[in-house]
Amino acid sequence: MKIVVPVKRVVDYNIKPRVKADNSGVDTQGVKMSMNPFDEIAVEEAVRLREKGAASEIVVVTIGVAEAQPVLRTAMAMGADRGILVQTDADLEPLAVAKLLKVIIDRENPGLVVMGKQAIDDDMNATGQILAARLNWPQGTFASSVAVEDGRITVVREADGGLETVRLALPAVVTTDLRLNEPRYATMPNIMKAKKKPLETIAADTLGVDIAPRLEVVSVVEPPVRQAGIKVSSVAELVGKLRDEAKVI
Amino acid sequence: MTTLVLIEAEGAAIKKASLSAVAAARAFGAVDVLLIGAHGAQEAARIEGVTRVLHADSTPHLAESIAALIADRASDYDHIVSAATAYGKNVLPRVAGLLDVQPITEVVEIIDANTFVRPIYAGSALSTVRSRDAIKVLTVRNANFDAASLSDAAPAPVEAISAAVEVPDAEYVGIELTHSDRPELESARVVISGGRGLKDAANFKLLEPVADKLGAAIGASRAAVDAGFAPNEMQVGQTGKIVAPELYIAVGLSGAIQHLAGMKDSRVIVAVNMDPEAPIFSVADYGLVGDLFEVLPQLKAELGA
Ligand SMILES: Cc1cc2nc3c(=O)[nH]c(=O)nc-3n(C[C@H](O)[C@H](O)[C@H](O)COP(=O)(O)OP(=O)(O)OC[C@H]3O[C@@H](n4cnc5c(N)ncnc54)[C@H](O)[C@@H]3O)c2cc1C
Ligand SMILES: Nc1ncnc2c1ncn2[C@@H]1O[C@H](COP(=O)(O)O)[C@@H](O)[C@H]1O
Repeated sequence: MKIVVPVKRVVDYNIKPRVKADNSGVDTQGVKMSMNPFDEIAVEEAVRLREKGAASEIVVVTIGVAEAQPVLRTAMAMGADRGILVQTDADLEPLAVAKLLKVIIDRENPGLVVMGKQAIDDDMNATGQILAARLNWPQGTFASSVAVEDGRITVVREADGGLETVRLALPAVVTTDLRLNEPRYATMPNIMKAKKKPLETIAADTLGVDIAPRLEVVSVVEPPVRQAGIKVSSVAELVGKLRDEAKVI
Repeated sequence: MTTLVLIEAEGAAIKKASLSAVAAARAFGAVDVLLIGAHGAQEAARIEGVTRVLHADSTPHLAESIAALIADRASDYDHIVSAATAYGKNVLPRVAGLLDVQPITEVVEIIDANTFVRPIYAGSALSTVRSRDAIKVLTVRNANFDAASLSDAAPAPVEAISAAVEVPDAEYVGIELTHSDRPELESARVVISGGRGLKDAANFKLLEPVADKLGAAIGASRAAVDAGFAPNEMQVGQTGKIVAPELYIAVGLSGAIQHLAGMKDSRVIVAVNMDPEAPIFSVADYGLVGDLFEVLPQLKAELGA
Protein backbone atom coordinates (compact mmCIF):
# COMPACT_ATOMS: atom_id res chain seq x y z
CA MET A 1 0.00 0.00 0.00
CA LYS A 2 1.13 3.48 -0.84
CA ILE A 3 0.65 6.31 1.67
CA VAL A 4 0.45 9.96 0.67
CA VAL A 5 1.36 12.49 3.38
CA PRO A 6 0.59 16.17 2.71
CA VAL A 7 2.92 18.44 4.67
CA LYS A 8 2.83 22.20 5.09
CA ARG A 9 5.63 24.68 5.68
CA VAL A 10 4.64 27.06 8.46
CA VAL A 11 6.16 29.62 10.81
CA ASP A 12 8.04 27.63 13.43
CA TYR A 13 5.94 27.07 16.54
CA ASN A 14 8.56 28.71 18.76
CA ILE A 15 8.31 32.01 16.92
CA LYS A 16 5.94 34.70 18.09
CA PRO A 17 4.33 35.95 14.89
CA ARG A 18 4.04 39.65 14.20
CA VAL A 19 1.16 41.30 12.43
CA LYS A 20 2.14 43.44 9.44
CA ALA A 21 1.87 47.18 9.91
CA ASP A 22 -0.75 47.48 7.15
CA ASN A 23 -2.91 44.80 8.85
CA SER A 24 -2.92 42.64 5.73
CA GLY A 25 -1.54 39.53 7.40
CA VAL A 26 1.25 38.08 9.49
CA ASP A 27 4.85 38.91 8.62
CA THR A 28 6.72 35.80 7.49
CA GLN A 29 9.70 37.63 5.93
CA GLY A 30 12.96 36.29 7.35
CA VAL A 31 11.10 34.23 9.96
CA LYS A 32 12.15 30.66 10.77
CA MET A 33 9.93 28.21 8.92
CA SER A 34 9.45 24.52 9.72
CA MET A 35 7.24 21.59 8.95
CA ASN A 36 3.83 21.89 10.63
CA PRO A 37 4.18 19.85 13.87
CA PHE A 38 1.07 17.77 13.13
CA ASP A 39 2.51 16.87 9.73
CA GLU A 40 5.72 15.59 11.34
CA ILE A 41 3.45 13.28 13.31
CA ALA A 42 1.77 12.22 10.07
CA VAL A 43 5.12 11.44 8.43
CA GLU A 44 6.21 9.50 11.50
CA GLU A 45 3.01 7.45 11.50
CA ALA A 46 3.39 6.62 7.82
CA VAL A 47 6.97 5.49 8.44
CA ARG A 48 5.83 3.34 11.35
CA LEU A 49 3.12 1.74 9.20
CA ARG A 50 5.78 0.89 6.64
CA GLU A 51 8.06 -0.50 9.34
CA LYS A 52 5.17 -2.74 10.46
CA GLY A 53 4.74 -3.97 6.90
CA ALA A 54 1.38 -2.23 6.37
CA ALA A 55 2.77 0.15 3.74
CA SER A 56 5.29 -0.09 0.94
CA GLU A 57 5.85 3.47 -0.25
CA ILE A 58 5.47 6.93 1.28
CA VAL A 59 5.00 9.99 -0.91
CA VAL A 60 5.09 13.43 0.72
CA VAL A 61 3.40 16.35 -0.98
CA THR A 62 3.59 20.02 -0.23
CA ILE A 63 1.79 22.84 -1.94
CA GLY A 64 3.46 26.20 -1.84
CA VAL A 65 6.46 28.28 -2.73
CA ALA A 66 9.78 26.90 -4.01
CA GLU A 67 11.21 27.51 -0.52
CA ALA A 68 8.92 24.75 0.77
CA GLN A 69 11.26 22.10 -0.68
CA PRO A 70 13.23 21.71 2.57
CA VAL A 71 10.15 20.41 4.38
CA LEU A 72 9.93 17.64 1.77
CA ARG A 73 13.63 16.87 2.35
CA THR A 74 13.02 16.74 6.10
CA ALA A 75 10.12 14.33 5.57
CA MET A 76 12.33 12.19 3.31
CA ALA A 77 15.08 12.23 5.94
CA MET A 78 12.49 10.88 8.39
CA GLY A 79 11.78 8.04 5.97
CA ALA A 80 9.47 9.16 3.15
CA ASP A 81 10.54 7.75 -0.24
CA ARG A 82 9.87 10.67 -2.55
CA GLY A 83 8.46 14.14 -2.60
CA ILE A 84 6.20 16.27 -4.76
CA LEU A 85 6.17 20.06 -4.67
CA VAL A 86 3.06 21.58 -6.19
CA GLN A 87 4.49 25.01 -6.73
CA THR A 88 2.56 28.24 -6.43
CA ASP A 89 3.13 31.66 -4.93
CA ALA A 90 -0.58 32.09 -4.22
CA ASP A 91 -1.98 32.13 -0.70
CA LEU A 92 -4.14 29.04 -0.61
CA GLU A 93 -7.17 28.19 1.49
CA PRO A 94 -7.87 24.62 2.65
CA LEU A 95 -10.49 24.15 -0.09
CA ALA A 96 -7.95 24.96 -2.81
CA VAL A 97 -5.27 22.85 -1.12
CA ALA A 98 -7.68 19.91 -0.95
CA LYS A 99 -8.53 20.29 -4.64
CA LEU A 100 -4.86 20.32 -5.65
CA LEU A 101 -4.13 17.37 -3.36
CA LYS A 102 -7.01 15.46 -4.96
CA VAL A 103 -5.38 15.76 -8.38
CA ILE A 104 -2.13 14.33 -7.00
CA ILE A 105 -3.97 11.59 -5.10
CA ASP A 106 -6.00 10.59 -8.15
CA ARG A 107 -2.71 10.21 -9.98
CA GLU A 108 -0.82 8.41 -7.20
CA ASN A 109 -3.71 6.19 -6.19
CA PRO A 110 -2.65 5.57 -2.55
CA GLY A 111 -4.41 3.29 -0.09
CA LEU A 112 -4.18 5.87 2.67
CA VAL A 113 -3.65 9.59 3.19
CA VAL A 114 -2.24 10.64 6.56
CA MET A 115 -2.06 14.38 7.28
CA GLY A 116 -2.09 16.86 10.14
CA LYS A 117 -5.36 17.80 11.79
CA GLN A 118 -4.44 21.47 11.80
CA ALA A 119 -1.88 23.83 10.35
CA ILE A 120 -0.60 26.03 13.17
CA ASP A 121 -0.62 29.16 11.00
CA ASP A 122 -4.23 29.36 9.79
CA ASP A 123 -5.49 27.03 12.57
CA MET A 124 -8.25 25.92 10.18
CA ASN A 125 -8.49 22.21 10.95
CA ALA A 126 -10.32 21.64 7.68
CA THR A 127 -8.17 20.37 4.82
CA GLY A 128 -8.35 16.66 5.71
CA GLN A 129 -12.13 16.68 6.07
CA ILE A 130 -12.56 18.63 2.82
CA LEU A 131 -10.21 16.29 0.99
CA ALA A 132 -12.03 13.20 2.28
CA ALA A 133 -15.34 14.69 1.11
CA ARG A 134 -14.04 15.47 -2.35
CA LEU A 135 -12.47 12.01 -2.73
CA ASN A 136 -15.67 10.50 -1.32
CA TRP A 137 -13.50 8.55 1.12
CA PRO A 138 -14.14 7.90 4.81
CA GLN A 139 -12.24 10.01 7.34
CA GLY A 140 -10.63 9.34 10.70
CA THR A 141 -9.85 12.75 12.15
CA PHE A 142 -7.89 13.68 15.30
CA ALA A 143 -6.33 10.22 15.48
CA SER A 144 -4.52 9.12 18.62
CA SER A 145 -3.91 5.59 17.37
CA VAL A 146 -4.34 3.70 14.10
CA ALA A 147 -4.14 0.06 13.05
CA VAL A 148 -4.40 -1.33 9.52
CA GLU A 149 -5.80 -4.81 8.97
CA ASP A 150 -7.82 -6.63 6.31
CA GLY A 151 -8.26 -3.65 4.04
CA ARG A 152 -9.61 -1.48 6.85
CA ILE A 153 -8.13 1.00 9.24
CA THR A 154 -9.18 1.31 12.85
CA VAL A 155 -8.78 4.84 14.14
CA VAL A 156 -9.06 5.89 17.77
CA ARG A 157 -10.12 9.53 17.75
CA GLU A 158 -9.89 12.29 20.31
CA ALA A 159 -13.57 13.15 20.74
CA ASP A 160 -15.16 15.65 23.12
CA GLY A 161 -15.81 13.35 26.05
CA GLY A 162 -13.25 10.60 25.54
CA LEU A 163 -11.77 8.33 22.91
CA GLU A 164 -13.96 7.26 20.02
CA THR A 165 -13.20 4.35 17.69
CA VAL A 166 -14.16 4.13 14.02
CA ARG A 167 -13.30 1.47 11.46
CA LEU A 168 -12.93 2.72 7.90
CA ALA A 169 -12.67 1.03 4.53
CA LEU A 170 -9.47 1.87 2.67
CA PRO A 171 -8.67 4.13 0.96
CA ALA A 172 -9.28 6.66 3.72
CA VAL A 173 -8.03 9.98 5.06
CA VAL A 174 -6.59 10.11 8.58
CA THR A 175 -5.69 13.34 10.39
CA THR A 176 -3.25 13.26 13.28
CA ASP A 177 -3.60 14.49 16.83
CA LEU A 178 -0.65 15.21 19.10
CA ARG A 179 -0.75 11.92 21.00
CA LEU A 180 -0.48 9.68 17.95
CA ASN A 181 3.30 9.38 18.25
CA GLU A 182 6.49 11.29 18.91
CA PRO A 183 8.25 12.05 15.63
CA ARG A 184 11.83 10.87 15.27
CA TYR A 185 14.69 13.23 14.57
CA ALA A 186 16.32 12.90 11.19
CA THR A 187 19.87 11.59 11.61
CA MET A 188 22.78 13.06 9.66
CA PRO A 189 23.20 9.98 7.41
CA ASN A 190 19.46 10.04 6.67
CA ILE A 191 19.57 13.75 5.89
CA MET A 192 22.36 13.03 3.42
CA LYS A 193 20.40 10.14 1.90
CA ALA A 194 17.29 12.28 1.59
CA LYS A 195 19.14 14.69 -0.69
CA LYS A 196 19.26 11.95 -3.32
CA LYS A 197 15.64 10.90 -3.08
CA PRO A 198 13.39 11.93 -5.98
CA LEU A 199 11.67 15.30 -5.69
CA GLU A 200 9.27 16.26 -8.45
CA THR A 201 8.06 19.82 -8.97
CA ILE A 202 4.71 20.50 -10.63
CA ALA A 203 3.40 23.96 -11.34
CA ALA A 204 0.03 24.32 -9.62
CA ASP A 205 -1.42 26.22 -12.57
CA THR A 206 -0.93 23.20 -14.84
CA LEU A 207 -3.36 21.10 -12.80
CA GLY A 208 -6.55 22.75 -14.02
CA VAL A 209 -7.88 23.54 -10.56
CA ASP A 210 -9.72 26.71 -9.54
CA ILE A 211 -7.74 27.93 -6.55
CA ALA A 212 -9.15 31.45 -6.33
CA PRO A 213 -9.73 32.40 -2.70
CA ARG A 214 -13.28 32.33 -1.38
CA LEU A 215 -12.44 34.45 1.63
CA GLU A 216 -11.36 38.04 1.38
CA VAL A 217 -9.08 39.01 4.25
CA VAL A 218 -10.48 42.29 5.52
CA SER A 219 -7.88 42.80 8.22
CA VAL A 220 -5.46 41.01 10.50
CA VAL A 221 -4.87 42.65 13.87
CA GLU A 222 -3.15 41.89 17.13
CA PRO A 223 -5.63 40.80 19.77
CA PRO A 224 -6.11 43.19 22.68
CA VAL A 225 -3.28 42.55 25.14
CA ARG A 226 -4.30 41.42 28.52
CA GLN A 227 -2.69 43.54 31.22
CA ALA A 228 -0.79 41.66 33.86
CA GLY A 229 -2.39 42.17 37.25
CA ILE A 230 -0.78 42.11 40.65
CA LYS A 231 1.31 39.67 42.63
CA VAL A 232 -0.13 38.55 45.95
CA SER A 233 2.12 37.39 48.73
CA SER A 234 0.05 34.70 50.40
CA VAL A 235 -2.78 32.28 49.82
CA ALA A 236 -4.88 34.19 52.35
CA GLU A 237 -4.40 37.41 50.39
CA LEU A 238 -5.26 35.60 47.15
CA VAL A 239 -8.50 34.19 48.50
CA GLY A 240 -9.38 37.57 49.98
CA LYS A 241 -8.91 39.26 46.59
CA LEU A 242 -10.95 36.63 44.79
CA ARG A 243 -13.76 37.05 47.29
CA ASP A 244 -13.85 40.78 47.85
CA GLU A 245 -12.24 42.39 44.81
CA ALA A 246 -12.91 40.06 41.86
CA LYS A 247 -16.00 38.53 43.48
CA VAL A 248 -15.56 35.24 41.66
CA ILE A 249 -15.74 32.90 44.63
CA MET B 1 -32.55 33.69 5.35
CA THR B 2 -32.53 30.48 7.31
CA THR B 3 -29.61 28.90 9.12
CA LEU B 4 -29.15 25.24 9.91
CA VAL B 5 -27.37 24.54 13.19
CA LEU B 6 -26.01 21.06 13.85
CA ILE B 7 -26.55 20.51 17.58
CA GLU B 8 -25.45 17.80 20.00
CA ALA B 9 -27.26 16.15 22.87
CA GLU B 10 -25.83 14.61 25.99
CA GLY B 11 -28.50 12.28 27.27
CA ALA B 12 -31.77 14.16 26.96
CA ALA B 13 -30.09 17.56 27.29
CA ILE B 14 -28.69 19.76 24.55
CA LYS B 15 -25.04 20.63 25.08
CA LYS B 16 -24.31 24.14 26.20
CA ALA B 17 -21.89 24.58 23.29
CA SER B 18 -24.78 23.90 20.91
CA LEU B 19 -26.97 26.44 22.69
CA SER B 20 -24.24 29.00 22.12
CA ALA B 21 -24.08 28.05 18.45
CA VAL B 22 -27.84 28.60 18.14
CA ALA B 23 -27.54 31.98 19.85
CA ALA B 24 -24.73 32.97 17.46
CA ALA B 25 -26.74 31.80 14.43
CA ARG B 26 -29.73 33.92 15.40
CA ALA B 27 -27.70 36.89 14.16
CA PHE B 28 -28.53 35.65 10.64
CA GLY B 29 -32.31 35.20 11.07
CA ALA B 30 -34.44 32.08 11.40
CA VAL B 31 -32.81 28.92 12.76
CA ASP B 32 -33.52 25.25 12.10
CA VAL B 33 -31.58 22.77 14.19
CA LEU B 34 -30.44 19.30 13.19
CA LEU B 35 -30.08 16.67 15.88
CA ILE B 36 -28.52 13.26 15.28
CA GLY B 37 -29.26 10.29 17.55
CA ALA B 38 -32.11 9.00 19.66
CA HIS B 39 -32.24 11.55 22.48
CA GLY B 40 -32.65 15.27 22.94
CA ALA B 41 -35.38 16.23 20.45
CA GLN B 42 -37.76 17.43 23.16
CA GLU B 43 -35.25 19.76 24.64
CA ALA B 44 -34.12 20.88 21.18
CA ALA B 45 -37.70 22.02 20.50
CA ARG B 46 -37.52 24.26 23.56
CA ILE B 47 -34.44 26.23 22.48
CA GLU B 48 -35.45 29.83 22.17
CA GLY B 49 -35.43 31.12 18.60
CA VAL B 50 -35.60 27.72 16.91
CA THR B 51 -38.19 27.40 14.13
CA ARG B 52 -37.92 23.70 13.41
CA VAL B 53 -36.08 20.64 14.73
CA LEU B 54 -34.86 18.16 12.15
CA HIS B 55 -34.32 14.90 13.97
CA ALA B 56 -32.31 12.08 12.38
CA ASP B 57 -32.58 9.49 15.11
CA SER B 58 -31.12 6.55 13.20
CA THR B 59 -28.19 8.31 11.56
CA PRO B 60 -24.89 7.15 13.08
CA HIS B 61 -22.56 9.68 14.68
CA LEU B 62 -20.23 9.52 11.73
CA ALA B 63 -18.98 12.51 9.77
CA GLU B 64 -19.60 10.67 6.48
CA SER B 65 -23.30 10.19 7.22
CA ILE B 66 -23.99 13.50 8.94
CA ALA B 67 -22.21 15.56 6.30
CA ALA B 68 -24.10 13.80 3.52
CA LEU B 69 -27.39 14.43 5.30
CA ILE B 70 -26.61 18.13 5.69
CA ALA B 71 -25.29 18.58 2.14
CA ASP B 72 -28.47 16.98 0.84
CA ARG B 73 -30.56 19.76 2.43
CA ALA B 74 -28.07 22.59 2.13
CA SER B 75 -29.94 24.38 -0.65
CA ASP B 76 -32.59 25.40 1.91
CA TYR B 77 -30.02 27.39 3.88
CA ASP B 78 -27.57 30.22 3.52
CA HIS B 79 -25.61 29.43 6.69
CA ILE B 80 -24.68 26.09 8.18
CA VAL B 81 -23.30 26.36 11.70
CA SER B 82 -22.11 24.21 14.58
CA ALA B 83 -20.15 24.66 17.77
CA ALA B 84 -16.38 24.32 17.34
CA THR B 85 -16.36 21.13 19.39
CA ALA B 86 -14.51 18.02 18.23
CA TYR B 87 -17.89 16.86 16.88
CA GLY B 88 -18.53 20.00 14.86
CA LYS B 89 -14.94 20.28 13.69
CA ASN B 90 -15.11 16.75 12.33
CA VAL B 91 -18.34 17.22 10.41
CA LEU B 92 -18.64 20.79 9.14
CA PRO B 93 -15.49 21.02 7.02
CA ARG B 94 -16.64 17.81 5.35
CA VAL B 95 -19.97 19.48 4.59
CA ALA B 96 -18.04 22.38 3.10
CA GLY B 97 -16.03 19.97 0.97
CA LEU B 98 -19.21 18.40 -0.38
CA LEU B 99 -20.67 21.84 -1.13
CA ASP B 100 -17.50 23.29 -2.65
CA VAL B 101 -17.33 25.98 0.02
CA GLN B 102 -14.41 27.28 2.09
CA PRO B 103 -15.40 26.71 5.74
CA ILE B 104 -14.74 29.36 8.37
CA THR B 105 -13.74 27.64 11.58
CA GLU B 106 -13.49 28.81 15.20
CA VAL B 107 -15.41 32.03 14.66
CA VAL B 108 -15.21 34.33 17.69
CA GLU B 109 -17.25 37.24 16.35
CA ILE B 110 -19.91 37.71 13.71
CA ILE B 111 -19.67 41.12 12.04
CA ASP B 112 -22.44 40.56 9.50
CA ALA B 113 -23.91 37.69 7.49
CA ASN B 114 -20.74 37.39 5.39
CA THR B 115 -18.01 38.71 7.68
CA PHE B 116 -16.44 36.87 10.56
CA VAL B 117 -13.52 37.15 12.97
CA ARG B 118 -11.36 34.12 13.76
CA PRO B 119 -8.04 33.74 15.58
CA ILE B 120 -4.98 32.53 13.69
CA TYR B 121 -1.47 31.56 14.84
CA ALA B 122 -2.69 30.25 18.20
CA GLY B 123 -4.53 33.48 18.85
CA SER B 124 -1.51 35.69 18.14
CA ALA B 125 -3.63 37.49 15.56
CA LEU B 126 -7.30 38.01 14.80
CA SER B 127 -8.28 37.69 11.18
CA THR B 128 -11.46 39.25 9.80
CA VAL B 129 -12.63 37.50 6.64
CA ARG B 130 -15.50 38.12 4.24
CA SER B 131 -16.89 35.05 2.51
CA ARG B 132 -17.80 35.06 -1.16
CA ASP B 133 -19.47 31.65 -0.98
CA ALA B 134 -23.23 31.42 -1.46
CA ILE B 135 -23.57 29.13 1.55
CA LYS B 136 -21.48 29.94 4.59
CA VAL B 137 -20.26 26.98 6.63
CA LEU B 138 -18.99 27.96 10.08
CA THR B 139 -17.98 26.59 13.43
CA VAL B 140 -18.26 29.01 16.33
CA ARG B 141 -16.43 29.11 19.63
CA ASN B 142 -18.98 28.76 22.37
CA ALA B 143 -16.84 30.73 24.84
CA ASN B 144 -17.56 33.84 22.77
CA PHE B 145 -21.35 33.55 22.53
CA ASP B 146 -23.94 33.38 25.30
CA ALA B 147 -26.08 30.26 25.29
CA ALA B 148 -29.63 30.44 23.95
CA SER B 149 -32.13 29.77 26.72
CA LEU B 150 -34.79 27.10 26.89
CA SER B 151 -38.45 28.01 26.99
CA ASP B 152 -41.70 26.08 27.26
CA ALA B 153 -43.74 28.82 25.61
CA ALA B 154 -44.00 27.42 22.08
CA PRO B 155 -42.00 24.29 21.35
CA ALA B 156 -40.80 24.11 17.74
CA PRO B 157 -42.14 21.28 15.58
CA VAL B 158 -39.94 18.20 15.36
CA GLU B 159 -39.59 16.63 11.93
CA ALA B 160 -38.10 13.15 11.64
CA ILE B 161 -35.65 12.84 8.78
CA SER B 162 -33.41 10.10 7.50
CA ALA B 163 -30.57 9.83 5.07
CA ALA B 164 -31.27 8.58 1.59
CA VAL B 165 -27.71 9.15 0.46
CA GLU B 166 -24.92 6.70 -0.14
CA VAL B 167 -21.90 7.32 2.09
CA PRO B 168 -18.40 5.90 2.12
CA ASP B 169 -17.89 2.78 4.15
CA ALA B 170 -17.23 3.72 7.78
CA GLU B 171 -18.31 1.98 10.92
CA TYR B 172 -18.81 3.49 14.35
CA VAL B 173 -17.25 1.13 16.86
CA GLY B 174 -17.85 3.02 20.10
CA ILE B 175 -16.67 5.62 22.55
CA GLU B 176 -14.82 5.23 25.78
CA LEU B 177 -16.17 8.09 27.82
CA THR B 178 -14.00 9.49 30.53
CA HIS B 179 -16.36 9.55 33.45
CA SER B 180 -16.37 12.67 35.53
CA ASP B 181 -18.76 14.12 38.07
CA ARG B 182 -17.25 17.51 37.56
CA PRO B 183 -18.71 20.26 35.39
CA GLU B 184 -17.78 20.19 31.72
CA LEU B 185 -14.55 22.02 31.01
CA GLU B 186 -16.02 24.25 28.32
CA SER B 187 -19.02 25.41 30.32
CA ALA B 188 -17.64 25.45 33.87
CA ARG B 189 -17.74 28.72 35.82
CA VAL B 190 -14.38 27.92 37.39
CA VAL B 191 -11.50 25.94 35.88
CA ILE B 192 -8.34 24.85 37.66
CA SER B 193 -5.58 23.54 35.40
CA GLY B 194 -2.33 21.83 36.20
CA GLY B 195 0.92 21.56 34.30
CA ARG B 196 4.18 19.73 34.37
CA GLY B 197 4.95 21.36 37.70
CA LEU B 198 2.67 18.83 39.40
CA LYS B 199 5.38 16.24 38.67
CA ASP B 200 3.27 13.08 38.43
CA ALA B 201 -0.24 11.67 38.10
CA ALA B 202 -0.62 11.11 41.85
CA ASN B 203 0.23 14.74 42.56
CA PHE B 204 -2.13 15.91 39.83
CA LYS B 205 -4.91 14.75 42.13
CA LEU B 206 -3.93 17.57 44.51
CA LEU B 207 -6.07 19.78 42.27
CA GLU B 208 -9.19 17.78 43.11
CA PRO B 209 -9.97 18.96 46.65
CA VAL B 210 -9.58 22.58 45.52
CA ALA B 211 -11.78 21.92 42.47
CA ASP B 212 -14.35 20.31 44.78
CA LYS B 213 -14.48 23.40 46.97
CA LEU B 214 -14.94 25.68 43.95
CA GLY B 215 -17.20 23.44 41.88
CA ALA B 216 -14.52 23.69 39.23
CA ALA B 217 -13.68 21.66 36.14
CA ILE B 218 -10.10 20.41 35.90
CA GLY B 219 -7.91 21.18 32.91
CA ALA B 220 -4.33 20.43 31.97
CA SER B 221 -1.45 21.69 29.86
CA ARG B 222 -0.25 19.56 27.01
CA ALA B 223 2.88 18.66 28.95
CA ALA B 224 0.69 17.30 31.75
CA VAL B 225 -1.39 15.30 29.28
CA ASP B 226 1.66 13.99 27.46
CA ALA B 227 3.20 12.89 30.73
CA GLY B 228 0.03 10.95 31.52
CA PHE B 229 -1.12 13.09 34.47
CA ALA B 230 -4.49 13.73 32.84
CA PRO B 231 -6.54 12.38 29.91
CA ASN B 232 -6.33 14.20 26.58
CA GLU B 233 -9.83 15.68 26.71
CA MET B 234 -8.65 17.82 29.62
CA GLN B 235 -6.08 19.64 27.48
CA VAL B 236 -6.64 23.37 27.26
CA GLY B 237 -5.07 25.30 24.41
CA GLN B 238 -4.61 25.88 20.72
CA THR B 239 -5.13 22.23 19.96
CA GLY B 240 -7.19 21.33 23.00
CA LYS B 241 -10.25 22.93 24.49
CA ILE B 242 -10.95 26.64 24.48
CA VAL B 243 -12.32 27.89 27.77
CA ALA B 244 -13.36 31.28 29.10
CA PRO B 245 -14.63 30.76 32.64
CA GLU B 246 -15.23 33.43 35.26
CA LEU B 247 -12.15 32.18 37.08
CA TYR B 248 -9.18 30.24 35.68
CA ILE B 249 -6.51 29.02 38.08
CA ALA B 250 -3.26 27.89 36.45
CA VAL B 251 -1.06 25.79 38.70
CA GLY B 252 2.49 24.76 37.81
CA LEU B 253 2.17 25.54 34.14
CA SER B 254 4.41 28.03 32.38
CA GLY B 255 1.87 29.69 30.06
CA ALA B 256 3.19 28.76 26.61
CA ILE B 257 1.46 30.66 23.82
CA GLN B 258 -0.33 27.45 22.77
CA HIS B 259 -1.77 27.15 26.27
CA LEU B 260 -2.73 30.84 26.51
CA ALA B 261 -4.63 30.42 23.25
CA GLY B 262 -7.09 28.25 25.13
CA MET B 263 -7.73 30.36 28.23
CA LYS B 264 -6.67 33.97 27.87
CA ASP B 265 -10.25 35.17 27.47
CA SER B 266 -11.11 33.98 30.98
CA ARG B 267 -12.53 36.80 33.11
CA VAL B 268 -10.17 36.42 36.06
CA ILE B 269 -6.89 34.51 35.83
CA VAL B 270 -4.88 33.28 38.80
CA ALA B 271 -1.39 31.83 38.38
CA VAL B 272 0.59 29.82 40.88
CA ASN B 273 4.17 29.21 39.82
CA MET B 274 7.51 29.21 41.59
CA ASP B 275 9.25 30.94 38.70
CA PRO B 276 8.50 34.68 38.92
CA GLU B 277 9.44 35.00 35.24
CA ALA B 278 6.91 32.41 34.01
CA PRO B 279 4.95 33.88 31.07
CA ILE B 280 1.65 32.90 32.68
CA PHE B 281 2.12 35.85 35.05
CA SER B 282 1.88 38.26 32.11
CA VAL B 283 -1.80 37.41 31.70
CA ALA B 284 -2.66 36.71 35.34
CA ASP B 285 -4.81 39.12 37.33
CA TYR B 286 -3.48 37.59 40.54
CA GLY B 287 -0.10 35.91 40.58
CA LEU B 288 1.28 33.94 43.48
CA VAL B 289 4.96 33.06 43.30
CA GLY B 290 5.43 29.94 45.34
CA ASP B 291 5.69 26.18 45.54
CA LEU B 292 2.42 24.63 44.48
CA PHE B 293 2.94 21.76 46.90
CA GLU B 294 2.62 24.30 49.71
CA VAL B 295 0.04 26.49 48.02
CA LEU B 296 -2.54 23.86 47.10
CA PRO B 297 -3.08 22.51 50.64
CA GLN B 298 -3.26 26.06 51.97
CA LEU B 299 -5.73 27.00 49.27
CA LYS B 300 -7.92 24.05 50.15
CA ALA B 301 -7.82 25.02 53.83
CA GLU B 302 -8.48 28.69 53.12
CA LEU B 303 -11.48 27.91 50.91
CA GLY B 304 -12.87 25.52 53.48
CA ALA B 305 -13.41 28.30 55.99
C1 LIG C 1 1.59 22.21 17.68
C2 LIG C 1 1.59 22.41 19.15
C3 LIG C 1 0.39 22.50 19.80
C4 LIG C 1 0.35 22.67 21.18
N1 LIG C 1 -0.86 22.76 21.78
C5 LIG C 1 -0.92 22.94 23.12
C6 LIG C 1 -2.17 23.06 23.80
O1 LIG C 1 -3.25 22.97 23.19
N2 LIG C 1 -2.15 23.24 25.14
C7 LIG C 1 -0.99 23.33 25.87
O2 LIG C 1 -1.05 23.49 27.09
N3 LIG C 1 0.20 23.22 25.25
C8 LIG C 1 0.26 23.01 23.90
N4 LIG C 1 1.49 22.88 23.31
C9 LIG C 1 2.69 22.75 24.16
C10 LIG C 1 3.26 24.07 24.68
O3 LIG C 1 4.13 24.60 23.70
C11 LIG C 1 4.06 23.81 25.99
O4 LIG C 1 5.06 22.87 25.74
C12 LIG C 1 3.21 23.30 27.15
O5 LIG C 1 2.04 24.09 27.29
C13 LIG C 1 4.01 23.30 28.43
O6 LIG C 1 3.27 22.74 29.50
P1 LIG C 1 3.56 23.17 31.01
O7 LIG C 1 3.34 24.62 31.14
O8 LIG C 1 2.75 22.28 31.87
O9 LIG C 1 5.06 22.75 31.20
P2 LIG C 1 6.35 23.66 31.42
O10 LIG C 1 6.50 24.66 30.36
O11 LIG C 1 7.45 22.72 31.69
O12 LIG C 1 5.99 24.47 32.74
C14 LIG C 1 6.00 23.93 34.03
C15 LIG C 1 5.91 25.09 35.00
O13 LIG C 1 5.72 24.60 36.31
C16 LIG C 1 6.45 25.42 37.20
N5 LIG C 1 6.72 24.61 38.40
C17 LIG C 1 7.49 23.52 38.50
N6 LIG C 1 7.47 23.04 39.75
C18 LIG C 1 6.68 23.86 40.46
C19 LIG C 1 6.26 23.90 41.82
N7 LIG C 1 6.66 22.98 42.71
N8 LIG C 1 5.45 24.89 42.22
C20 LIG C 1 5.03 25.84 41.34
N9 LIG C 1 5.39 25.84 40.04
C21 LIG C 1 6.20 24.87 39.61
C22 LIG C 1 7.69 25.81 36.45
O14 LIG C 1 8.22 27.04 36.95
C23 LIG C 1 7.14 25.96 35.02
O15 LIG C 1 6.76 27.31 34.75
C24 LIG C 1 1.55 22.73 21.92
C25 LIG C 1 2.77 22.66 21.26
C26 LIG C 1 2.80 22.50 19.89
C27 LIG C 1 4.11 22.41 19.20
N1 LIG D 1 -0.16 23.94 1.48
C1 LIG D 1 -0.26 22.71 1.96
N2 LIG D 1 0.49 21.70 1.43
C2 LIG D 1 0.39 20.44 1.88
N3 LIG D 1 -0.43 20.09 2.89
C3 LIG D 1 -1.21 21.03 3.44
C4 LIG D 1 -1.17 22.38 3.02
N4 LIG D 1 -2.06 23.07 3.76
C5 LIG D 1 -2.61 22.21 4.62
N5 LIG D 1 -2.10 20.96 4.44
C6 LIG D 1 -2.42 19.74 5.19
O1 LIG D 1 -3.68 19.91 5.83
C7 LIG D 1 -3.54 19.83 7.25
C8 LIG D 1 -4.57 20.71 7.92
O2 LIG D 1 -4.39 22.05 7.57
P1 LIG D 1 -5.50 23.19 7.86
O3 LIG D 1 -6.81 22.63 7.40
O4 LIG D 1 -5.05 24.37 7.07
O5 LIG D 1 -5.49 23.44 9.34
C9 LIG D 1 -2.09 20.16 7.51
O6 LIG D 1 -1.66 19.61 8.74
C10 LIG D 1 -1.40 19.50 6.30
O7 LIG D 1 -1.27 18.10 6.49
